[in-house]
Amino acid sequence: MKKLLLATAATALVAGAAGAEEIKVGISMGYTGPLESMAPDIENGAVLAMDEVNASGLLLDGSTLVPVPADNTCADASASVAAVERLASEGVKGIVGGMCSGETIASLEAVGVPQGIVMISPSATSPALSTIDDRGFFFRTSPSDARQGEVMADIILERGIDNVAVTYTNNDYGKGLAESFQQAFEEKGGTVTISAAHEDGKGDYSAEVAALDAAGGDALVVAGYVDQGGSGVVRAALDSGAFDTFVFPDGMVGQPLVDRFGTELETSFGQNPSSEGEGRDTFLKLASDADFEGSSAFAAEAYDAASLIALAMQAAGTSDPKVYKDKVMDVANAPGEKILPGQLARGLELLAAGEDIDFDGATGVELVEPGESAGIYREVDFKGGTLNAVKFH
Amino acid sequence: MDLLNALVAVLNFVVIPATAYGAQLALGALGVTLIYGILRFSNFAHGDTMAFGTAMVILLTWGLQGLGIALTPLPTALLALPVAIALTALLMLGTDRVVYRFYRRKRAAPIIFVMASVGVMFIMNGLTRLVIGVDEIRFDDGARFIIGVADFRRWTGLEEGLALRGTQVITVAAAALTVAWLFWFLNRTRSGKAMRAYSDNEDLALLSGIDPERVVRQTWIIAAALATLAGTLYGLDKSFRAFTYFQILLPIFAAAIVGGLGNPLGAIAGGFIVAFSEVAVTYPWRKIAAYLGWESDGLMQLLSTEYKFAVSFVILIVVLLFRPTGLFRGKSV
Repeated sequence: MKKLLLATAATALVAGAAGAEEIKVGISMGYTGPLESMAPDIENGAVLAMDEVNASGLLLDGSTLVPVPADNTCADASASVAAVERLASEGVKGIVGGMCSGETIASLEAVGVPQGIVMISPSATSPALSTIDDRGFFFRTSPSDARQGEVMADIILERGIDNVAVTYTNNDYGKGLAESFQQAFEEKGGTVTISAAHEDGKGDYSAEVAALDAAGGDALVVAGYVDQGGSGVVRAALDSGAFDTFVFPDGMVGQPLVDRFGTELETSFGQNPSSEGEGRDTFLKLASDADFEGSSAFAAEAYDAASLIALAMQAAGTSDPKVYKDKVMDVANAPGEKILPGQLARGLELLAAGEDIDFDGATGVELVEPGESAGIYREVDFKGGTLNAVKFH
Repeated sequence: MDLLNALVAVLNFVVIPATAYGAQLALGALGVTLIYGILRFSNFAHGDTMAFGTAMVILLTWGLQGLGIALTPLPTALLALPVAIALTALLMLGTDRVVYRFYRRKRAAPIIFVMASVGVMFIMNGLTRLVIGVDEIRFDDGARFIIGVADFRRWTGLEEGLALRGTQVITVAAAALTVAWLFWFLNRTRSGKAMRAYSDNEDLALLSGIDPERVVRQTWIIAAALATLAGTLYGLDKSFRAFTYFQILLPIFAAAIVGGLGNPLGAIAGGFIVAFSEVAVTYPWRKIAAYLGWESDGLMQLLSTEYKFAVSFVILIVVLLFRPTGLFRGKSV
């Protein structure tokens, strides 16, 4: 009897490892809630990568990836835990997500780590996620805001401004970024006159702007979201004449900002994580072929996150997250042949042949310990009513 | 000079925004108070009626803009208003037919109406989001500023700037016209008198030959018009987002209750009281104090802006504790 059981178990194992399977990959995004307008294109980015992998037919002997979306609401930690729990019970082998830092921490601690599911977030950038005890199950294709705070402080000081007011969106992202910036800026000799939160999703920000105006400053750092309170604050500040120079971190920089304010941002500047070059251009083209806007915030990061899951599975020869989690860093970093968007088939082929790859993806992925993007930032300005790249940091 | 600077700063950051906001709240509170006075329940769906009406205005505005029709220098949205009001009124009448009429016939307690209106609120909120989406929409066209900050500084040579937006002036003017019309309607016309009679005593009104269903229909139509107008002015002045109208429900109710529920004059006063308190309490007075020769390290802000809505709550509680019928002797809640 014991032998029989053992034999059955062994067969099951072998069958599981060798045969083609449908591998479910969760996509945990805030489809409703404060960032619901960003979620669809992030999902599109992730699905684009999965489609590409499926079309190649090369993943683990012809296995296919099946995206399973779940609504984590972004704002509500318990809703996010419930959503990811549902994904876990559906048997997902990896998750692209979470989306916002707070809910990502909650779902990672409550589900991801205890149940052993790899989570790769395209967009959670809070410094708190660098120090969390993730047992190697958490990665992110976006850099920590601790790094962005430093870069932003440097850029502002380089431009001869040493006296700024800060407003941040009242969540883990905004608060984390505002704090890391303030610390870096003050260490380098700058002054922060006020660091005040604003709530997203309000119609009117004139009261917030009045407070920032009273505190003063040569520029206003807006650590918010472009289609949320961030733009509202900028609008109110421009209208009331409180500030005319703004500093925009990653949540704000993008085409929507230019569409909204046009030539009103002549003296403003900002930065966002971005690697210009072939990888990004190819991704933008792939995205427009697939009928979505590839330059939307974190869509490219999502493509890379989903790609990393597939490539790490291939490298490990299994879809078991407890095994392939150790391969994520390997496929993302040198040595090996560089893999850009559209070349996932090539990457899968090389890995199947036992060779190394260095997945660069749409954002020039380079993961540093503890499993997050090193972060190349692009400094931009808005002279002439367009988004211009100035240089890279 | 410093005195002038202080004056301009107060105008720019307190008086002008609070006046426009107060007019918007007043129009919203008028709708709430009218329904309370005549149909005898607090309509929680009023905020989302505003959102729905504004969504209609936006869709029609886009249509008009597509046809190349504009009202420069006024926003095109004003042209779209009448049709949007009609559409919103249809929705309200439909809702009344499907939901409220059933309870009215059963002579249900007001609390049941309130709960039903909460349900209606969720449905209308979902409907609005389905129709127009959740993104922020700006639909003000035409001349944006009557006085721009940079121009003002150049003209006066003052350090402080003053901005007066076209939408702010339109808001106040439209609110004043509407209020004047509403008072004329309620006090001078047959229908208005019938509504007041129905509000005072339903059975007596019925005995004197007033058709209650007609009164109810008229009430919903006027409420729809007020809601659409208030919502559109708010959206023009600030920005449209399907969620924000749910948030201003609290200050609107506070305004209606402060003024005395069921009392139109009270609703208007309440709107301005709530708006001015919200803005003045959360405004940091440091700069003004500095102009008046009183330097301070702190911001001199009574309450941080995150707690703006708390002001409405405090006003509500104080009024309910000390003058439950409101400042203008409305009905007790």
